[in-house]
Amino acid sequence: MKSAIIVGALLLTVVLLIALPWYAPYFYIFIGTEILIMGLFAASFNLVFGYTGMLSFGHAAFFGIGTYATAMLLLHLQWPLLACLAVSMGVGALLALVIGFMSVRLNEVYFAMLTLAFGMMVFSIAHMWRSVTNGSDGIAGFTLGEFGLGIDLTLGNPAVYYHVVLGIVIVAALVLYLICRSSFGMTLQAIRQNAERVSFCGLNIRNYRLAAFTISGAFAGLAGGMMAPFLRVASPEMMHWSTSAEPVLMSILGGTGYFLGPFVGSALFVLLETWITSITQAWMLFLGIVLALMVMFFRRGILGTFLDWWLDKK
Amino acid sequence: MSDPILKIHNLTKRFGGNTAVSGINLEVAPRETLAIIGPNGAGKTTFYNMVSGRMVPTEGSIELNGQDITGLKPHKISRMGVSRSFQLNNIFPEMSVRQNVEVALSAYHGYSRKLFNIASGNKKVQDEADELLERLSIGDLSDQRAGIISYGDKRLLEIAVVLATKPKLVLLDEPTAGMTPDETRRVTRLIRSLADSGDYTFLITEHDMGVVFDLADRILVMHRGESLVVGTVDEVKNHPEVKKAYLGEDDEDDNDREAAV
Repeated sequence: MKSAIIVGALLLTVVLLIALPWYAPYFYIFIGTEILIMGLFAASFNLVFGYTGMLSFGHAAFFGIGTYATAMLLLHLQWPLLACLAVSMGVGALLALVIGFMSVRLNEVYFAMLTLAFGMMVFSIAHMWRSVTNGSDGIAGFTLGEFGLGIDLTLGNPAVYYHVVLGIVIVAALVLYLICRSSFGMTLQAIRQNAERVSFCGLNIRNYRLAAFTISGAFAGLAGGMMAPFLRVASPEMMHWSTSAEPVLMSILGGTGYFLGPFVGSALFVLLETWITSITQAWMLFLGIVLALMVMFFRRGILGTFLDWWLDKK
Repeated sequence: MSDPILKIHNLTKRFGGNTAVSGINLEVAPRETLAIIGPNGAGKTTFYNMVSGRMVPTEGSIELNGQDITGLKPHKISRMGVSRSFQLNNIFPEMSVRQNVEVALSAYHGYSRKLFNIASGNKKVQDEADELLERLSIGDLSDQRAGIISYGDKRLLEIAVVLATKPKLVLLDEPTAGMTPDETRRVTRLIRSLADSGDYTFLITEHDMGVVFDLADRILVMHRGESLVVGTVDEVKNHPEVKKAYLGEDDEDDNDREAAV
């Protein structure tokens, strides 16, 4: 019964999201696009955080390199969008493999600090290497060509681009979800709960952490890639450590214990930011209050707290 | 004695100036149950930590079936057929009881690296998990969250996880510690039946002498990191130094000790 309700609620959400351009104000097409992209970014982060138990503070590097990859390919080679995004995924995974290789051997706060340090290095490179990245101006002035696969879409139309993002995010989220439900995903959760027991079951923990980190980097890169046509620019700020904090905050807001938590967190984050900044400049003050209350009273996040309560109910 | 499954030579572990384990020599025959006894701080757990790969020995060597495993990482030693439990419960508290065993079974069968199967749809792993939990008499708990079952059941669950990787050599660290007398009897009976099945070689550290004398084929007595004596139950019971050093023959609580035996 309850699983039927959940499936029904999910389908309804998808229908409402598809229909968004027809009932919501024009402005919300942009909000929706941002929520979806940041939601995928946060969900990719949560594979490492909520599932495997590693707090990465450098995920903006994978997100940002994805944005740069798509922006540069559009600018210099005018590739179809899908091909650009595939490359974004690839470079996100590759960078995560390199950074992860050096980071996953450490635990807890040391892992967090090391990923933060690598993230800052990547940011500096994007900022300083003017001949390639165009420094603080970033990569801009690219135009959107075709979508790929011979599908004819006017990507420059915000509503069309919103639907493209929605489709890609749904497919990517399904793949991520399947990974979480697999034996591999179960093993990651076991590692979070008791890494030592898992290694005494005969598994090399480091390899599993690295695999999770690399997969996470791939999806963060994909999310970043979709950001390029949306913002029309790839700039170093996207790799700044404050960008790394966003998926952390979103995951905690929505709840790290459920797969969709980070998506709910992304929606809350972006909507609150939009509404509050339209009233006052002090958005960070309100975000701080909301976060403090969440951590003090609803540690499982909005979605987590609700689902815990509802699934427990007879 | 047939070729030993475990052969330990001059095993030593020093922490700074403190010698926790000193020059242990030991051979364990296949399908034997060897109990390791000694007061707290005698070096039993450090000894386990070296055999299972958690610590690298300062000196000495460990051979498993004739292969040198000294200083190998835990997951390598585990894959060679050594599995251990811990003194403190060591399970996956947020998972169901069955999932706890499934994690270990998936590791053993090589499913853990599968990205696109459905973990809860793996019939083979499910069936094996149910069978194992049944064998440990906690089958009726399989859908409970592991973190909330009773202490004794958690200890049984850990043994199930330990056995799931189909080890040849099983190291149990105080399996009955903190248990009620009822639970102790249940676990002892269970280990007895597992030992009688001939599938396993057991090393057991234990404070309860009743359990030790009930299960052990031989006993290793450790004292301040050294091997005081290795022998059959009777040999150890009557060994003058053991009586003096460990069983406290000439102490006042002599009667209590005898009662425990």
